Amino acid sequence: MKSCVLIKQVPDGDSPVVIADDQVSLKGEGITWTTNETDGYALEEALLLKEAHGGEVVVCTIGKDSALQVVKDALAKGADRGIFITDPKFDNLDSFGKAAIFAQVLKDENFDLIFSGLQSDNSSNAQTGLILAEFLGTSHATMVIGTEWIDESRIKVNRELEAGWFRWTELDFPASLTIQSGINKPRYASLRGIMLMKKKPIATVTAEDLAMDEIPALSHIKKLYVPRKTKETVFISGSPEEIVTQLTDKLENEIKVL
Amino acid sequence: MKIFAFIQIDDGVVNRLSVETLTGAQKLAAATNGSVTAVVFGAVPDDLKTYKVKEILNVQAAELEDYSPLYYIEALSRIISSESPDTVVFGHTYQVRDWVPRLSARLKLPFLVDCIGFKTDDNFTVTRQISQGKINADMAFENPSLISFQSGAFRADEVESGTAEVRAIALDLSAVPGTIRPGEKYQQARGSVDLSHAKVIVSVGRGIGKEENIPLVKELADALSAELGCSRPVVDYGWLPHERQVGSSGQTVSPKLYLALGISGAIQHQVGMKGADTIVAINKDENAPIFEIADIGIVADLFEIVPKLTESIKAKK
Repeated sequence: MKSCVLIKQVPDGDSPVVIADDQVSLKGEGITWTTNETDGYALEEALLLKEAHGGEVVVCTIGKDSALQVVKDALAKGADRGIFITDPKFDNLDSFGKAAIFAQVLKDENFDLIFSGLQSDNSSNAQTGLILAEFLGTSHATMVIGTEWIDESRIKVNRELEAGWFRWTELDFPASLTIQSGINKPRYASLRGIMLMKKKPIATVTAEDLAMDEIPALSHIKKLYVPRKTKETVFISGSPEEIVTQLTDKLENEIKVL
Repeated sequence: MKIFAFIQIDDGVVNRLSVETLTGAQKLAAATNGSVTAVVFGAVPDDLKTYKVKEILNVQAAELEDYSPLYYIEALSRIISSESPDTVVFGHTYQVRDWVPRLSARLKLPFLVDCIGFKTDDNFTVTRQISQGKINADMAFENPSLISFQSGAFRADEVESGTAEVRAIALDLSAVPGTIRPGEKYQQARGSVDLSHAKVIVSVGRGIGKEENIPLVKELADALSAELGCSRPVVDYGWLPHERQVGSSGQTVSPKLYLALGISGAIQHQVGMKGADTIVAINKDENAPIFEIADIGIVADLFEIVPKLTESIKAKK
């Protein structure tokens, strides 16, 4: 079985979110970059299936120079090789453009399974894995919270629906799966894994390598701004003691739960 | 603007988010001197006929009676091609997330997801949240387009009433490949915890840091005679069982007091708890979206507040 995992480098949750002067992008300063959370679960699921049924796991990302790190991290955890797609021309793509590039790079690899996180933590479009499924003509399933290998041509996946409902779905290979958080317990890279990583191949792909004249974009950001609060929030501040005193008073006399 | 509103039917009932979206479609039609057509796959529920729309387009095929993505994609793809709407709006349900992105790729149409509103003052733009709800983005694109609206973007009780004629269109979908075969839906066995009737909920998020810290909030919950709830990451990490999860994939609650500790307040969490009478949030990140909906906000390290708060409450009792 041959699997590909799409991963994205995103700012970690504690990084500052500041709008740049152009009002259509975010400032890059002070950001700590990390692997998108659900992509980590996607990688783990691909590794678990490989360990149980054999095959190869390839990781692929589109990003700036810094994004090479998420490929290396995935290789250290056990992926076999990496594909690093990078070019200044690819900096401001929408999901459609990203999927178009992924399709061009991956189409001749003939993967049985393509994994991705169900959405990115920063732009949260939740589309790339599905658009890619359409471009490559694969089956697909989203919000996958469990997998069960059937044979060399089929897989069963458990899809999470809303409010505690689930649905098992059988898919023919090739299939594109978007993975929900909590499906597994992602591993940490071992020291040995980090040593092995250094010998694993990473192919770098640029715009010139791809026979794509223009990267299509179907939407673009017109303006970014900080949301205006719709609710009047009363903020309590002070020392921990002062905060606790005021909050206890509110719980007792205003909210009346004591 | 010629607006189509896709109406999701769950077990014969109109999805609530689809009604909210219909309200949005009516507002968009009013702003652009346009019309709204409701699109329904399979049987048309009677209550849908009580809303103000130009017509109900009832798409019929045996394969559409139960949800299956490739059939849904092919059906709506053909309807869009033959009817040429300017935009099709959807509720941002888990089901919509499973098929509409692929539809957008097939038709090469922009799909603006999880939007919280639209603007028609200058050009037609929609607003969506990025960076975990900390930033709003006004998005520009060309029609025809596909747009999904977030839960709460519009109000279901503001939908305009009226009457509508049903126009049926029968499709032959027998050529659609059967590479995706959904099984039966099932509900996870309900746990013993029912948070929906709790008067007070102390809820904990990723900010609790590790499993060993859970007793800290458990003690506060006990002091308040409250149920313990949590956000998704806490369940993903195995720190608390799924039966305590509040949010779109967990329980929906409406307590008198919801005390959110170290919860950033992602929309998936908010939809489960924004019906609380009073929301108190403690979070060290002043930009956390939880403060958008909190009545009382405390920007602080929860570890400095929670133990003292527990003592203070115990002293009152």
